[in-house]
Amino acid sequence: MRAEVLREFWDYRELFFFLVWKDVKVRYKQTLLGASWAVIQPFFTMVVFTLFFGKLANMPSDGIPYPIFSYSALVPWTYFSGALSLAGNSLVNNTNLLTKVYFPRVAIPASAVMCGLVDFLIAFTVLLAMMVYYGMPLRWDLLLWPVLVLPLMFLALGLGMVLAALNVRYRDIKHAIPFAVQMLLFLTPIIYPTSIVPERFRSLAALNPLVGIIEAFRATVVPSRHIDWQLLGMSVAVSFCVFVIGLLYFRSAERQFADVI
Amino acid sequence: MGNAVEVENLSKKYHIGERGRERMVREAIVKYFKSLFQRGRNEAIWALRDVSFSIRQGEVLGIVGRNGAGKSTLLKILSRITYPTSGTIKVNGRVASLLEVGTGFHEELTGRENIYLNGSILGMRRREIESRMDQIVAFSGVEQFLETPIKRYSSGMRLRLGFAVAAHLDADVMLVDEVLAVGDAEFQKKCLSAMDNLSESGRTVLFVSHNMEAVENLCERAIWIDDGIVRQDGPAREIIQNYLSTFAGAGENRYDLAVLDRKVGNGDVRFTGIAFLEPDGTEKTLIRCGDPLVVRLHFEAKQCIRSPHFAFELFTEFGTKVTSLNTWASGFEIPLIPRGRGHVDLEIPSLNIVDGRYYISLWAASAGNLWYDRLDHCAYLDVTASDFYHSGRAMTSQHYGLVLLPCTWKAGAMCDDMAHCQEGDFFPDSHRRFAV
Repeated sequence: MRAEVLREFWDYRELFFFLVWKDVKVRYKQTLLGASWAVIQPFFTMVVFTLFFGKLANMPSDGIPYPIFSYSALVPWTYFSGALSLAGNSLVNNTNLLTKVYFPRVAIPASAVMCGLVDFLIAFTVLLAMMVYYGMPLRWDLLLWPVLVLPLMFLALGLGMVLAALNVRYRDIKHAIPFAVQMLLFLTPIIYPTSIVPERFRSLAALNPLVGIIEAFRATVVPSRHIDWQLLGMSVAVSFCVFVIGLLYFRSAERQFADVI
Repeated sequence: MGNAVEVENLSKKYHIGERGRERMVREAIVKYFKSLFQRGRNEAIWALRDVSFSIRQGEVLGIVGRNGAGKSTLLKILSRITYPTSGTIKVNGRVASLLEVGTGFHEELTGRENIYLNGSILGMRRREIESRMDQIVAFSGVEQFLETPIKRYSSGMRLRLGFAVAAHLDADVMLVDEVLAVGDAEFQKKCLSAMDNLSESGRTVLFVSHNMEAVENLCERAIWIDDGIVRQDGPAREIIQNYLSTFAGAGENRYDLAVLDRKVGNGDVRFTGIAFLEPDGTEKTLIRCGDPLVVRLHFEAKQCIRSPHFAFELFTEFGTKVTSLNTWASGFEIPLIPRGRGHVDLEIPSLNIVDGRYYISLWAASAGNLWYDRLDHCAYLDVTASDFYHSGRAMTSQHYGLVLLPCTWKAGAMCDDMAHCQEGDFFPDSHRRFAV
């Protein structure tokens, strides 16, 4: 049975490719600023954060310029939050595909998660430019970014599939998504470094898989720091669990999609 | 040859309220608490019940039945879009379902990009799409606009593009829904001949349509589905005849509407029958274009109803709405109808439509947009060609469009006397040309 499912996924790989290709194409067509949106969002958020948290609130930033400190976390965060919202609304936004043609339904949230990778890549190159501007050394660790984005994808897809499936049944889920994303922003060390979290809360915070992943992204730009492999390992494990649970839930709910949507 | 499709004891149950409504978590919570205190009503409708049939390889099977009989549900189950409540399906080979033309088209993408997208959604491989690109483009007839976003396309162009992709699908089993119910006559012919090619190439086709002519032309065998069950299975011609005969209650000009299933309406007023009459009230046996016609709508009211509105709508066989004649548009107010049986008469002084078969839809509603009853395509009206303009020529649908407008012609300058014209004014063979 499982082999059949995998073979089916393989059979539909081209459709999956075209769905991603469509999302990417449409994203950059008909927008005044085109690909620059990929940069504008994390960049201006960084500017605002730098102004309020870096300058006014004097937030510590692990000994590196606050703009780099926040931007290095904002790039993966922007990818994650975008992927989660897109995936969560993906089924509802593709009602006509669900009711008119068959293919493995997972392809819809999965392609939504893939689509943001282009933005991620563009925003990453801006990070490199910023680091050169601030005279920071570019370490080999930066090459880990494409690997570190994988657990982020699994996490976004896992949560996204659950939200998407619930969204089909209950339409108020779509109002809950932005709210949940906003909460997560504050529960994750993006504005602040982990060092200001009191010791006794840290193990609790580590349950949020975003903590380990985002911290790992940031560790690749801070010269004095190294990736906390133990924390990252835990976050990756949690992310993968979320993905598996999400997939199982999605597969059990998908038989109803066309009838309920 | 073996069977391409085998369907055994297929049933599908829908829970009332499950479809067509957006639900909220809030409602689900309320419902859960309510269910703790009272026994929930579990209303269900069976869209299909114990449907079994098989299709041989290379066979073209037509599915006929009224709206809501379960045809679309069957097609959706076979396409794996929705799942049966019970029963099994076995399909040998690659399946392609065409429930809609141009599924997944995106407005911002160009014609060419949409061919790729739509093709892959319908199950084509990229190589297949590439190798057939030229044929697809030629079939669609939108060569010049291939690099234009389809949001700039007319609806006709979009349709042609969508059908062009569909016509080049290569699957062993094709499931086709009423895709031909749209578009102009010429395009429909093209589609029908494309479908004809499909069946000749040895593919198995399952074809659902309201266009009986198309079913009869394309299919050797048909299945008549009625109220979720297979009513009859056999040679297409025979099935279609039997199916159509149920439309007419007693004779072709009276219909019993009380027995039909309704999807819309609260039932406070229900149509029970429709009859076509002469202005003097006798039954009309032959309806010709230009004739006066009285349509009598019989209904039954459950209670006393204030200012109801009634409508009589005509559709062509291809689903184009010809007209909607209703009391609201005409400004005709019925202050009150009493409980029980009653009727309204609609007098059409001249039926200015060309010959052909027209489907009739009826509705009854309150002034405040509340449906009492609605019947789609519940009866038909056969109109015979006539000498509408008293020219000694029969006005037929082939050449004269859809509507015959009353008119007179006047010429600006006209020679009624040959004496005013000289010999050289004529082309040598002008008479002959007109004689042809």
